[in-house]
Amino acid sequence: MPGSRAPANRGRRTNNKPSVPRALEKCPTGIAGFDELTQGGLPRGRPTLICGGPGCGKSIFALEFLLRGALHYGEPGVFVSFEETPEDIRKNVASLGFDVSSLVAKKLLVVDHVRVERSEIEETGEYDLDGLFIRLGYAIDSIGARRVVLDTIESLFSAFTNTAVVRAELRRLFGWLKEKGVTAIITGERGEGSLTRQGLEEYVSDCVVLLDHRVNSGISTRRLRVVKYRGSTHGTNEYPFLIDQLGVSVLPITSLGLTHEASNERVSTGIARLDSMLQGGYHRGSSILVTGTAGSGKSSIAAKFAEAACARGERCLYFAFEESPKQIVRNMRSIGIDLDLPMRRGALEIHSARPSLHGLETHLALMLRSITEKKVAAVVLDPITVFLQSGGVGDVHAMLVRMVDLLKMNKITAFFTSLTGGDQVAESTEVGISSLMDTWLLLRNLETFGERNRGLYVLKSRGTAHSNQIREFILTSQGIDLVDVYTGADGVLTGSARIAQEARESVAEAQRRAELADRERQFEQRRAALRAQIAALEAELERDAVAIENARSEQRTREQMTVALRRQLATRRSTDTASDDSTKRPRKRNGRNEARS
Amino acid sequence: MSKTKNASAKKAPRAEWELRLYVAGQTKKSLVALQNLRRICDEHLPGKYEIEVIDLLKNPQLAAGDQILAIPTLVRKLPAPMKKIIGDLSNAERALVGLDLRPAN
Repeated sequence: MPGSRAPANRGRRTNNKPSVPRALEKCPTGIAGFDELTQGGLPRGRPTLICGGPGCGKSIFALEFLLRGALHYGEPGVFVSFEETPEDIRKNVASLGFDVSSLVAKKLLVVDHVRVERSEIEETGEYDLDGLFIRLGYAIDSIGARRVVLDTIESLFSAFTNTAVVRAELRRLFGWLKEKGVTAIITGERGEGSLTRQGLEEYVSDCVVLLDHRVNSGISTRRLRVVKYRGSTHGTNEYPFLIDQLGVSVLPITSLGLTHEASNERVSTGIARLDSMLQGGYHRGSSILVTGTAGSGKSSIAAKFAEAACARGERCLYFAFEESPKQIVRNMRSIGIDLDLPMRRGALEIHSARPSLHGLETHLALMLRSITEKKVAAVVLDPITVFLQSGGVGDVHAMLVRMVDLLKMNKITAFFTSLTGGDQVAESTEVGISSLMDTWLLLRNLETFGERNRGLYVLKSRGTAHSNQIREFILTSQGIDLVDVYTGADGVLTGSARIAQEARESVAEAQRRAELADRERQFEQRRAALRAQIAALEAELERDAVAIENARSEQRTREQMTVALRRQLATRRSTDTASDDSTKRPRKRNGRNEARS
Repeated sequence: MSKTKNASAKKAPRAEWELRLYVAGQTKKSLVALQNLRRICDEHLPGKYEIEVIDLLKNPQLAAGDQILAIPTLVRKLPAPMKKIIGDLSNAERALVGLDLRPAN
């Protein structure tokens, strides 16, 4: 039935769609992180090359692009597979939760398996690859596909001996896809010293993404890099990515700037005394580092921080790299920290993983994913030094810088512990991240008089007038306590030496107190004695006063008697009254009277 | 369907040699290929062959069945096993090797 179907467009002459959009439009891939990285996705209506070695995740990346396009963006897609059969593909993506069969049934997806077997093919004379174009064109038109994947292009080169033709046809294919207006992904094997084996695809593609799967000390890390993107800016760094049950996730975490907010809010450390040492606690969103030798109590401070965060009603993630969640809960219970309750409430999650389980980037990626998914306010990493097993100092440092940056961007208060080796300088970190940290608590084992005690001091705390004092750090079944150490002529004393010193001091104090009481008593006695003396003297004085008074009244009586006696005598001698008067009046009147008379 | 049976092959109800030539429109390469094919067949398989020309521009859905990528492609359906020869068959020697009409050196 010729003409029953509109003739498929002949490859080199398709011109029914505008080939170049006015502004560069982007086609979201739906792949977590990738669209952010490329500011919108792949160039719409243009071919993109995804290249990488075997097992780097090209096919799954391309498939996810198609499947998500069909499911979330209503863009049907064609998957042309040169290697895997539709059945293989169906199985591969079933583990990611995609149902290929239903998409095919809904005409949202066509999986076309192009099998090319060189041994079956004899080449004689001139040919081109119009068959492929026609097949592809037919598949695209049959469902109105907007997205196309060709996986992998190398198969064409292995199928045909005349590479000149294949190269020319490939160039034509890219142009043809562009004319078709489909957003295409072409996957290619990575070549020696070049991005692809043929060294052609990267020049004819508008966008090239390089996937890489590196193994370092037995641990693999996947990385992605956008090598070129015509007409668009893009992050140029290598970004780690993951392939897991959620598909591909790219983590654009290296391009962060130092633009995070700085909060003045304080969050409690969980230890009252430490809060006061830090003038109220850690700054929200800051990064705290605790360093110390083995057994100095780093995890305990971390657990206390986590407990306090949960008590405030925040969510906290605790990443443990040495202990299992149950072990941590049990151990922390022994010092009075109950992590079980917040865990059951869902406020606290402990993620335990051996550092050797993944590569650094994968660890980082997994941590960041759970952090952003769970919307946590506090994060603990205990300890960060274990990562040195999986990577060099430089790598670990780079990873932690990104971690710290991202946590700060999200205003997450982060708590890191770092193990200091016995022979190491205490005021240094193995991974050299102390300069990134806002608060650095240093735990030391103070070894004196045959015992070890824990000492804590705040080495630095940005934006806080923190205490400069060393505190003795005591773990009891009731919790954590910070007490003043004894500092005196004998130096810094802790533990039983401090207690002995305190005992000595209290004895001396008691003695001094007894002496004082003694003196007070003596004084009281003396005062009483002197008072008695004063009373006696006063009594004597009183007596003298009485005697004087008696003498005075005697004298008066005597004088009266004398006057009376004289009057009697005068009467008897019959003397005149004048002299009588003179005796009655005072001396002055007497004198006047005498003068008058 | 649009299978263009070759007139010269219609004598036998079922030819010993069943050949299928895939082309895409009347291009120079297609025409050359068909000419070359007829010449080879007439020379080496007189009366024993049947040629079916399939134009993929008209029937694009047929490309998948025989896994056609290159144009032109000649498919030997019979005798078994199936053989594929791509190109315009201008190299008669290689074409004969491909059709198992001459052992490869």
